[in-house]
Amino acid sequence: MNPTPGSERGRAVAVPLVVPADTPGGWLARSLLAPFRLTYLLALTFAGLVALAGGPLLLAHHLMDRTHNSPSDHLHVYFGLLVTMVPCLVWGLSWASGGRGRAAGAVLTLPGLMSLASALLYHGDTPGGNHGLVLFAPFMVVVGVFGARWVASEQRRVVGRWSGTPVRDPYRRLPDSGSQPRWVRSRAAALGWVTDPALWRDVAWALVSGVVMVLGLGLLVLSPWLFDQLGPNGEFAKPAVLYGLALMMSPALVLWGAPVVLDLHARAAHALLGPSRQGELVARVQHLSETRAETIDHNAAELRRIERDLHDGAQARLVALGMALNAAEQLFETDPGAARALVTEAKVTSAKALVELRDLVRGIHPPVLADRGLVDAVQALALDLPLQVQVSGELDARPPQAVESAAYFAVNELLANTVKHAQARRAWIEIGHTDAGPNENVLRIVVADDGRGEADPTRGSGLRGIERRLASFDGVLAVSSPVGGPTIASLEIPCASPSPKTSSSSATA
Amino acid sequence: MRVAIAEDLFLLRDGLTRLLQAHGIEVTAAVESGEELLQALRADRPDVAVVDVRLPPSFTDEGLRAALTARQELPGLPVLVLSQYVEQLYARELLADGSGGVGYLLKDRVLDGTQFIDAVHRVAAGGTAMDPEVIGRLLTHNAAAGPVATLTPREREVLALMAEGRSNAAIAQQLVITERAVAKHTASIFVRLDLQPSDDDNRRVLAVLAFLNQDA
Repeated sequence: MNPTPGSERGRAVAVPLVVPADTPGGWLARSLLAPFRLTYLLALTFAGLVALAGGPLLLAHHLMDRTHNSPSDHLHVYFGLLVTMVPCLVWGLSWASGGRGRAAGAVLTLPGLMSLASALLYHGDTPGGNHGLVLFAPFMVVVGVFGARWVASEQRRVVGRWSGTPVRDPYRRLPDSGSQPRWVRSRAAALGWVTDPALWRDVAWALVSGVVMVLGLGLLVLSPWLFDQLGPNGEFAKPAVLYGLALMMSPALVLWGAPVVLDLHARAAHALLGPSRQGELVARVQHLSETRAETIDHNAAELRRIERDLHDGAQARLVALGMALNAAEQLFETDPGAARALVTEAKVTSAKALVELRDLVRGIHPPVLADRGLVDAVQALALDLPLQVQVSGELDARPPQAVESAAYFAVNELLANTVKHAQARRAWIEIGHTDAGPNENVLRIVVADDGRGEADPTRGSGLRGIERRLASFDGVLAVSSPVGGPTIASLEIPCASPSPKTSSSSATA
Repeated sequence: MRVAIAEDLFLLRDGLTRLLQAHGIEVTAAVESGEELLQALRADRPDVAVVDVRLPPSFTDEGLRAALTARQELPGLPVLVLSQYVEQLYARELLADGSGGVGYLLKDRVLDGTQFIDAVHRVAAGGTAMDPEVIGRLLTHNAAAGPVATLTPREREVLALMAEGRSNAAIAQQLVITERAVAKHTASIFVRLDLQPSDDDNRRVLAVLAFLNQDA
C-alpha cells in the first residue's frame, strides 16, 4: 500500500469560483468565471472604500447640508439600493470562493455601507441626528480599519487561489511572551497590531484601489458625455451610435477585458499586499534568532546529557573495573579463588561499559547513517521496531550531514510515537527529493501508520520538539491524524546544496 | 584450520591473531583494509575470513562490502564479520544468499575466547554464528504479531539460541536441559512456524533465520 493518496486529505474541496489550472478545458471555464471574479473584486473594493470613507463621507454630507430638491435626488434610491446589496454580494461571493468562516468578515464593512445608504435614502438625514453622528463617525472609522484589513486579506486569499501563487501574510508575528500576565500580553498584542505597518498599508490599499475603481467606472459611464463634450461630434461619429455599438459589444468586451483586469489586479496585489522587503527581513531575522537560540539550547542540553551519561555510565564502570583488577592483583597470592571471582566481575563490568558506550554512540550519530546514508539508516531503524514497517524511496545524492541527521532523528521520534501511542500494526515510510527550483532541493519524508490517529502537535511535546528542530533548517512538519487514523506525518527540509556522496571522517570502527 | 584477518586497529588485530594461534589455528594473513583482504583471499583461500565492518580508507562499511564481494567471487567462502555494533540490516545482507557459512558478532564476544573460537569453527564448517543482540532484536520485530507470538517463553529461548546458530547439544548445555527436551521444543517450534523439519543443523538454522527475516 502506498501512503501518498492519503496525503491529499486536508486539501480544500474545489468550489464554484475556483477552477484548477490543469483541468482540461480549464481556460474556457476560467474565461467564463472571470466576469464573476471581477464582480467580486469590484464589490470588495467598493465595500472597502465605503467602510473606510463612510464616516467622513457622512460628516461631509451633513455639513454640506444639501437641498432636498437637488437634481440628482432620484439617483439616491438606486444608489442606496446598490450600496445595501454590496455586503450581501461580498458575503455570498466570499462564501462561494471558499471563504467559508472568513466570509463573516464581510460584516465589518456593513456599518459604513448601511449608514451611507440610509443617509442617501433619507436625503442627507444621518442616523441619530447631529449628536449621533458625532459619536457614530469615529466608531465607523475604527470598524472601517478592521474592514479594510479584512478586504485586503480577502483579496490576498482570492488572488492567491486564482493565480496559483499565494500572496503571503505581511503581518508582524508577535514575539512569544508567555510568562507575562494576561493584560500585559493583550496590551502588547493590541499595540503591536496597531503599529504594524502592514495594517496601514492595507488601509492605503483599500482607499487607493477604491478611488481608482470609482474614477475608472465613472470614466466608463461618463465616456459618451465626455465624448460628446470633447470629441469631434461629426456626422459619421455620433456619440449615440458609438455608445449603442459599445453596448452591443459589451459582453465580448467584458469577456476579453475581465481576465486582463484580473491579471493587472493580481500583479498589483502581489506587489503591494504581500510582505514588504523590510517586513520579510524583519520576520526572517526574528525566525533566525528564535531558531538559533533553540538550536543552541538543544545542543547544550545534548552535550550535558552525553556528559552525564558518560559520567554515570562508562566512566563509573571503568573506575569499578580498575578497582576490581587492583583488588584481584593483591589477592592472587593469598586467595586465588576470590581473585578469579573479581576478574570475572571485571569482565562483566567491561561488557556493560561497552554496551553503554554503544547506546550512547547510537544516540549521537547512528553508525548506519554514517556508513550508508539516510534510506538505509531508516531501514535499519524500522527493522528494530516491533511492527511491520515498509521503507521505500531513494535519494540520488546524500543531503548535507546535518540535514541527514535531523531527518533521521525526526523519523526516529515519529516512529517512537507510533509504537508508543498509535496501536498501529503497520507503518510506511517514503523518502524522496522534491525539486522546488533550480538550486532548491527539498528532502521529503512521509511517515504513515494504520493506528488510531489523534496525534496532536499542539499537545505532544515530541511533535513540537521535532517541529522546532526542523525549523532551524527551515524545515516543516505537517501531521494529519483524524480520530480513528490513519496518521500521516510529512516532513520537508530544504537542502541548499546536495553534496555528492561523501565519506565520514571518523577514524575507528 | 587457516584464517585470514582484516582489522584496522593494531591492538585488536594482534590480539585476534594471538587468540587464534593459541587455539591452534593458522593465521594466513592479517591485513588492515578491505582491498588488501580481497587480494589475500584471492591469493590464498583460507577456511574462514574474520573481517571488521569498519575499515579504511572510507571508514564506513568497507569490511562488510569486501566480505560480500569475497563471497560472490569465491562462493561458499565462510565469513565471520565483527563489529562494534550490530545491525539487522547488515545481518540480512550477509544471510541474503541463503548458503550459510556466515557469522556476524559484536567485538565484545571476542572477550570470551572459547565462545569466539567455537563460533569460528562453526562458521568454517558452513554453519552460522549470529550475535544474540541481532537475534534479540529480530525476535522483538516479530514478537508483536504472527506465529512467533504464540510460542511459549521456553520455546522462544530455544528459538533464539537456534537462530544464533547453536546445535541441539549446545542449546541443551546452555539451558541446562536434556538434548531430548530440546528436540521436543524444536519440533514444536517448527510446527508452530509451519517450517519443514530437517535433521541438518545448518539447514534448520537457515530456515529459521529466513522465516524471521521475511516481511510479513
